[in-house]
Amino acid sequence: MKYYNKLIFEISKKGREGFNLTKKDLPEVKLPKALVRSNKANLPEVSEFDVVRHYTNVSQKNFGVETGFYPLGSCTMKYNPKINDELATLSGFANIHPLQPVETVQGLLKIYHETQRILAEISGLAAYSLNPFAGAHGELAGLMIIQAYHDKRNDSKRNKIIIPDSAHGTNPASATVCGFETVEIKSNPDGTVNLEALKAVLNDETAGLMLTNPNTAGVFEKDIAEISRLVHDAGGLLYYDGANLNAILGKTRPGDMGFDITHINLHKTFSTPHGGGGPGSGPVGVCEKLLEFLPNPIVKEKDGFYYFEDSADSIGALGLFYGNASVYIRAYVYLMTFGKESMSDIGLMAVLNANYIKESLKDIFELPIKGHCMHEFVFDGLKDQSTGVKTLDVAKRLLDYGYHAPTVYFPLIFSQSMMIEPTEVESKETLDEFINIMRVVAQEAKDNPELVKTAPHNTIVRRLDEAKAARQPIVKFTDLK
Amino acid sequence: MVLEGLLYSPSHEWLKVEGKTAFVGISDHAQHALGSVVFIELPRVGKTVKKGESFGAVESVKAASDMYLPVTGKILEVNSKLEGSPELLNDDPYGSWIVKIELVDESELSSLLTSEQYKPLSEE
Amino acid sequence: MHKYLPHTSQDIEEMLKVTGANSLDDLFTSIPKKLRLTKPYQIPSALSDHDLTKHMQNLAKQNKELIVFRGAGAYDHYSPSIVKALISRQEFLTSYTPYQPEVAQGTLQYIFEYQSMVCELTGMEVSNASMYDGATATAEAMFMAFAQTGMSKVLISSTVNPRIIDVVKTYARYRDIEVIVTPSQDGVTDLNFIQKNMENAMGLIVQNPNYFGIIEDYNGFSEVVHENDGLFIMNSEGQPLSLIKTPGEYDADIAVGDLQSFGLPLSFGGAYVGYLATKMKYVRKMPGRICGITTDVDGKRAFVLTLQAREQHIRRAKANSNICSNQSLMALAVTIYLSTMGKEGTVMVANESMKGAHYLYQELLKTNKFEVVYNKPFFKEFVLKAKFDVDKFEKDLLKDGILGPLHIKDNHLLFAVTEKRSIEEIDLLVRKVVEQK
Repeated sequence: MKYYNKLIFEISKKGREGFNLTKKDLPEVKLPKALVRSNKANLPEVSEFDVVRHYTNVSQKNFGVETGFYPLGSCTMKYNPKINDELATLSGFANIHPLQPVETVQGLLKIYHETQRILAEISGLAAYSLNPFAGAHGELAGLMIIQAYHDKRNDSKRNKIIIPDSAHGTNPASATVCGFETVEIKSNPDGTVNLEALKAVLNDETAGLMLTNPNTAGVFEKDIAEISRLVHDAGGLLYYDGANLNAILGKTRPGDMGFDITHINLHKTFSTPHGGGGPGSGPVGVCEKLLEFLPNPIVKEKDGFYYFEDSADSIGALGLFYGNASVYIRAYVYLMTFGKESMSDIGLMAVLNANYIKESLKDIFELPIKGHCMHEFVFDGLKDQSTGVKTLDVAKRLLDYGYHAPTVYFPLIFSQSMMIEPTEVESKETLDEFINIMRVVAQEAKDNPELVKTAPHNTIVRRLDEAKAARQPIVKFTDLK
Repeated sequence: MVLEGLLYSPSHEWLKVEGKTAFVGISDHAQHALGSVVFIELPRVGKTVKKGESFGAVESVKAASDMYLPVTGKILEVNSKLEGSPELLNDDPYGSWIVKIELVDESELSSLLTSEQYKPLSEE
Repeated sequence: MHKYLPHTSQDIEEMLKVTGANSLDDLFTSIPKKLRLTKPYQIPSALSDHDLTKHMQNLAKQNKELIVFRGAGAYDHYSPSIVKALISRQEFLTSYTPYQPEVAQGTLQYIFEYQSMVCELTGMEVSNASMYDGATATAEAMFMAFAQTGMSKVLISSTVNPRIIDVVKTYARYRDIEVIVTPSQDGVTDLNFIQKNMENAMGLIVQNPNYFGIIEDYNGFSEVVHENDGLFIMNSEGQPLSLIKTPGEYDADIAVGDLQSFGLPLSFGGAYVGYLATKMKYVRKMPGRICGITTDVDGKRAFVLTLQAREQHIRRAKANSNICSNQSLMALAVTIYLSTMGKEGTVMVANESMKGAHYLYQELLKTNKFEVVYNKPFFKEFVLKAKFDVDKFEKDLLKDGILGPLHIKDNHLLFAVTEKRSIEEIDLLVRKVVEQK
């Protein structure tokens, strides 16, 4: 990586232009002065080549999945196939206006319908809406569906959502945004749901329970059938956070486990690019009895013709149009690349890779949960903490060796959490190299702890002053003057 | 460390009684757990807050935490110096009071912890 | 096994030994037998790369690429070639959220540049790193106002895109927030009604240019809203902000909108990108990521996500918003577009769009097949009432490869013209009108 330190505004020069527009031979339009802005926006003035060189240099300050290994637990950083990018951006998809009459967009509607059908089959549910823009948005949709379901039954007491303390932050946040009260239950030491804790909070105010399975520590909730029975008997619904779906592809389905609603993260399980933080796509899926509540509009099919329909009992519209089409088209290509023949191999290899790393490093890293893990697992810091080297230090030192750090300090149930998810795309050689470097860093923590505690050393910037950034926020270019 | 002579709550606030009023702040354990404090949200003067209810929030780079009033009180003053320099809470947690309250029910004081009783909690 | 799965049978054998499992199946013993799948998924068979390519090309052909005269939230503006080329760089495309800033300075820098540009366009003090789209950004602005004021009533002008009103209502319903849609007069927001109903409201949401393409005069609105301790929220699609009076100049508290016009393809409605910008005094209520500047241990300038204590991963149930993934890559595309078009180019696009729209308006009126609906200044969209069969009109236009105006209601047609529409294309549309009975 190269430390390139210029902002686009700093290379701007008055009079330079990067655009190629011709003026039409039509009269200029003069708007009333009161409606016009006083000054032009101070946007850059640069040549096209300036833009290209600038953003190329900016990109070289980034670490992508194609640069190296990203063992981020809970993120499923797998390869983003180029064929997905190429085919999803064909002009017959890219140049289509969302408000075209349905007869003129049958190809897109077919992709939408087919994708949701495939996701439904993989999940063991009835149908999906691809309208939510991200996982958290899918969660919100799912929670709105839970509320709508209880409202329709005139069961207005149900205002609580139960969430385990190991859950991803979006779960309780989504519940709050949807107007629910969160009831947090303490997990077992392995992150699984404590049945007694669950029973203690289930009552006629329970709207539902949100779960990830396998959980955020990479452990499968083997009591899921009992959990499902308990929640349903109490009158609640069961929500599946699909962040860890990668582990169970080919092995089991959330619908079969008893989940009523799920969301899937296409940018995790189904290979769509992370884009530096988005766009993602968080389709929400439901069982038969909840179909009427799906967000509008719904894509339907009759005799091979596809069209939109609004459901009277829908939770409503969740966006201006129909979700991140360019993202779910990529997912569709991915689904068709694996097909029914190879989809099941994904879970097998993901789980094999995770267990391989776990077994190879458990002698020097603290493994709180014994036994086989699923597609990811947690280390609770170094076994030998005598030199005071923490998870954060290990993570930063890994950057020096050309790795992206694993997920750190999540899940919250372990104080020195380091969550590792290799995904199925990494070869044994890549894993062996990573295992080796982890051993090197663990040794450094013993022999030269200061080196690790002050890491990273080889990155273009090191140990940023985050407190200063928060106390004196500089959030736009003009703040710099 | 735990300063003698103050009263404490299990949620790591300290309280110093002065007649019918009291000063409230956060303990050394609290500031240490938070890390560098970057922002503090102070309550409105004149507001009455019940025992155990939140009277504001304190934010660090990696965490945000509500502060709970150890006893019921009416907010008389807030330490606005902290708004410009929230890091004072890290530098001097016992010297940087956050709110001054008028005590509403002095009997609530007996439910608070002495410095001896709080010490084990601060070591968790 | 598969081109994306590198394991050979030898690899698997060696790795299984290390894991202590006898077979791959052994690794899944924690899944109860009753729950295990016993048959393969009922999904299509895998396609080879070239078959898949043909399949997708076939599906692409089933969508008609048209000459676009329709807007209503999605606009056919030109996107320079370098936008797609640069966002396809793997360092941007495949990288993760910049939680490890040392290896994500690239992402953080473009977010900082994006935030700066949004503030320039809107006249606001701080922007976040993007929202899903303009509609959800508007709903989240409502939640900001709710968090700030504690009032559970919000006013929204009826001149806002009805679809945006739908989304705001959806979000509001689950928080027991009452949404009052305020009436309009001659296509613009009725200030009188607002004056009478602003008490105890968390704020007012307006759109500029509004759904009908009209550039509204919002002078006097912020005073009324602020008198009542509410927040003034203005939704503006990004592109007109190059020219029209900004939310900042109208003393809005929160500016939201969609930036699809800035270099993002129509793409059947997504992925687009929403923006949300506000005054510094509300920054702690603002959802989403914010990038700031700081220094590193060697004193070098560096970028970092800041004020993260507002976000879901720290606040959890106490967060004001649940947003995690945003539209980062699309924000990058917008940043590259705005850098390329720049200070002068964005104004030129605005002028060319307006010229085309006003020319079309005049020519359509000359056909005598329309009635004027609103007597207000417009930007690149306008409404006219047709004196002919509008459904037949749409079908006739499609036969010539044209996507005509949107039929809103009662023969009111909403036309949109961008810099991409040539005089010939506009004249063709006018000729098709003349043919209508």
